[in-house]
Amino acid sequence: MAAGSGSIDALGQFRLEPALGPLGIQFHFTQSNLMMVIASVLVMALLWFGARPRAMVPGRLQSAAEMAYETVMSMCVDTIGPEGKAFFPFVFTLFFFILFGNLLGVWTYDFTFTSHIAVTLALSLLVFVLVTFVALRIHGLHFFSYFMPAGVPVALAPLLIPIEILSYLSRIISLSVRLFANMMAGHVMLEVFGAFVIMLGGAGLLGIVPAALSFSVNVALIGFELLVAVLQAYVFAILTCIYLHDAVHLH
Amino acid sequence: MSEKPGDHETSFEERLAMARDKQGLEAARPGPGKRPDGLDGSALAIGVRVGVEMVSALVVAVAIGWGLDWLFGTRPILMAVFVLLGGAAGVLNVWRMFAPKRGPVPGKGARAKNGLDKDRGP
Repeated sequence: MAAGSGSIDALGQFRLEPALGPLGIQFHFTQSNLMMVIASVLVMALLWFGARPRAMVPGRLQSAAEMAYETVMSMCVDTIGPEGKAFFPFVFTLFFFILFGNLLGVWTYDFTFTSHIAVTLALSLLVFVLVTFVALRIHGLHFFSYFMPAGVPVALAPLLIPIEILSYLSRIISLSVRLFANMMAGHVMLEVFGAFVIMLGGAGLLGIVPAALSFSVNVALIGFELLVAVLQAYVFAILTCIYLHDAVHLH
Repeated sequence: MSEKPGDHETSFEERLAMARDKQGLEAARPGPGKRPDGLDGSALAIGVRVGVEMVSALVVAVAIGWGLDWLFGTRPILMAVFVLLGGAAGVLNVWRMFAPKRGPVPGKGARAKNGLDKDRGP
C-alpha cells in the first residue's frame, strides 16, 4: 500500500511482478501465473484427496469433492440437456479454475489473476470458440440460421442479421468484462478503504473514529468479496452452459 | 429398509422429492421461480449485468465499424452505422436476459420441428 506517500495507489496491486526469483525473470513467469498454477493444483488436490478414500459414508473432503462434482453435473444437465454430460469436464474445469482464482485473491498477499482482462478475455474467447465449433460440428451450415429469427419478414433480414451477429459477438466482451470488472472493482475498494485506515489512523486523535469506520467497511467488503467470488464463477459457468445449450439446440 | 421392486424406475431424487412432499418439507427447497442464470440477485447485480450487456454490444460494434472503415477508407460512415446496430444489439441482449425462456412462444413453432425443444426433461 502506498498510503504513506499521501496518495492512494489503488491499481498498483494489479501490477505484474516476476515470481520465483531469477527463474521467473528468465521465463517471464509472473505472480499471476504462479497463482494460476496454485489454483489448478488445489483443484486437483481437492479431487485427488477427496476421491481417494472411496468411503460409502464420505468424510468432509470427500463430501466436498462429491458436492463439487454433483453441482456442476446438475448445472450441465439442467441447462444444456442430456447432451450436457459431454461438456461436463470443460465446465467443471472452467468453474473451479475461476472459483479458486477468485477465492485465493481474497486471501491477503495473494494476487487475483481473474482481475486482469487479458486472463478473462482469453477464457471467454475459449468459451466462444468452443461454442461456435460445437454448433458448427452439430448443425453444419444450418448453424447460420441462428442469426435469422423465425417468423420475421425477409425484408428485415439485412437489418436483423447484423444485429444478431453483433449480439452473438458481444458475448465475448460481456462474459469477460463481467468477471474482470467485478474482481477488479472489489479489490480496488478494498485497497481504497485499507489506505483510508492507515491515512486516517496516522492523522492523530481526530482520525481514529473514521479510521475505525473504514476498517469496519473493509471487514464487510471482505465478506462481500467472498460472495462475489463465488457468484461470478457461478455466473461464468452457467452462461457457458447457456451458450452451449444454444449451440447444441439452436434457440 | 426393503425396497419395492417397482421403485427402480424412479430415481433417488424423485423418491426423495416425493417423500419430502409428503412430509411438507418442500418449502425448504428453492422456489420454482429461481432462474438458472443467476438473475435472481440483488438489484445492483442485475443493473451491472444489464449495463455490461448493453455496452459490450456497442464495444464490439464500434470495433467492427472502425475496422471496416479502416479497411475501406470510408472513415466515419460505417462506424456510425455500426453504432446504431450495436445499440440495437445491446437492447436485444437485454431482452434475451429478461425474455421468458423456452416457453411456448408464438412464432417459435417453426423452430421446434426437430423436436429438440421437448428434451427439457422432468
